[in-house]
Amino acid sequence: MPSLKDLKIRIASVKSTRKITKAMQMVAAAKLRRAQESAESARPYAERMDAVLGNLAAGVAESANAPRLLAGTGKSETHLLVVATAERGLCGGFNSSIVRLARNRVARLQAEGKTVKILTIGKKGREQLRRDLSALLVGHVDLSDVKKLGYPDAARIAHDILNRFNAGEFDVATIYFNRFQSVISQVPTERQLIPAVFEAREGGASSQYEYEPDEEAILADLLPRGVATQIFTALLENGASEQGARMSAMDNATRNAGEMIDKLTIVYNRSRQQAITSELIEIISGAEAL
Amino acid sequence: MADTLQFDLVSPERKLASLAATQVQIPGMGGDLTAMPNHAPFLTTLRPGVVKVTAGSETAEYVVTGGFAEVSPTAASVLAERAVPRGEFAADMAADLLAEAERNLAEAPEEMRMSAGQRLRDVLALKSQLSL
Repeated sequence: MPSLKDLKIRIASVKSTRKITKAMQMVAAAKLRRAQESAESARPYAERMDAVLGNLAAGVAESANAPRLLAGTGKSETHLLVVATAERGLCGGFNSSIVRLARNRVARLQAEGKTVKILTIGKKGREQLRRDLSALLVGHVDLSDVKKLGYPDAARIAHDILNRFNAGEFDVATIYFNRFQSVISQVPTERQLIPAVFEAREGGASSQYEYEPDEEAILADLLPRGVATQIFTALLENGASEQGARMSAMDNATRNAGEMIDKLTIVYNRSRQQAITSELIEIISGAEAL
Repeated sequence: MADTLQFDLVSPERKLASLAATQVQIPGMGGDLTAMPNHAPFLTTLRPGVVKVTAGSETAEYVVTGGFAEVSPTAASVLAERAVPRGEFAADMAADLLAEAERNLAEAPEEMRMSAGQRLRDVLALKSQLSL
């Protein structure tokens, strides 16, 4: 049985923890709104880009000299997994769920006898993957200095990945991130970056366009941009998801702290009452004994 | 017959403009072109330059650094990698752009040298056009 003083200290400590988690929750809520806004405003570009690329790709896919970014290298021996996680923890299962998805994929690919390389974005994923897959890590992108994620950041990452692709370091690239569904639900998602895949669209409208320069030159110019855009979208989704996950994790923590305080207060009051009662009994029995 | 076309200027980060325009001048890779209502469907990549939007008597100008434009009979969309209103495009941004183009040219492998050199020339042309 802890003494009254211990209980008091304990209650005070849980109270200050609750203050911190509450503050973190509010910060996350504010950041979430901003993250959602930037994800929202990035959507028109990404959608248009996707539509145009899809159109172009449908027209060029059959031709023999389709760009390698679209057609691939013709094999799928080496896979590059781009694992995008957060720079900070305390956001529930956010980082672990991405890492778990990536890890399953690694296990599956290795079982098939493929070579796997991993590029991490964000410190947390790197820390988790380093434990057992450190041999596969080929690079890391540190975004901890980036206050507000901009397109140039994504373009830099894309540039790095494309350089590796052109150097023949891998055949297939896939990015892992959390898709933002709502504050309480973020879906770990994988999306293939290279070779580029597009959802099939009905009625290929590609023939009705005039192109300048020709179709293939445009495609060659746009595909790298498409990769950058996809990375940008993924990172924005990830950013919103991170804040959402943190918000609900901190909400839980705040609630738990509240419950803990209630419980401790009851214990505290009971032991205080007990101390008083036993003191009274002592006095009374002392008086009776006289 | 419609006498305006829907003009959209989007960058990866946000939508910069969306309005009904009477004509849009676009710095295409192979030269400037002006899109007016009922233009044939057209897709071009952009060189660094100025997009000029005319809506009635008003004109707005934006500096774009690359990307592509999609023109249809009823709409013109410019998807620019970076775009700023002309008034906000300052000398240091131009200097950054120039430095980047020079670096690209220096790093470019043989088969990319042509396009990297072209880009550098485009940036220089843009700079002198804006007299920065």
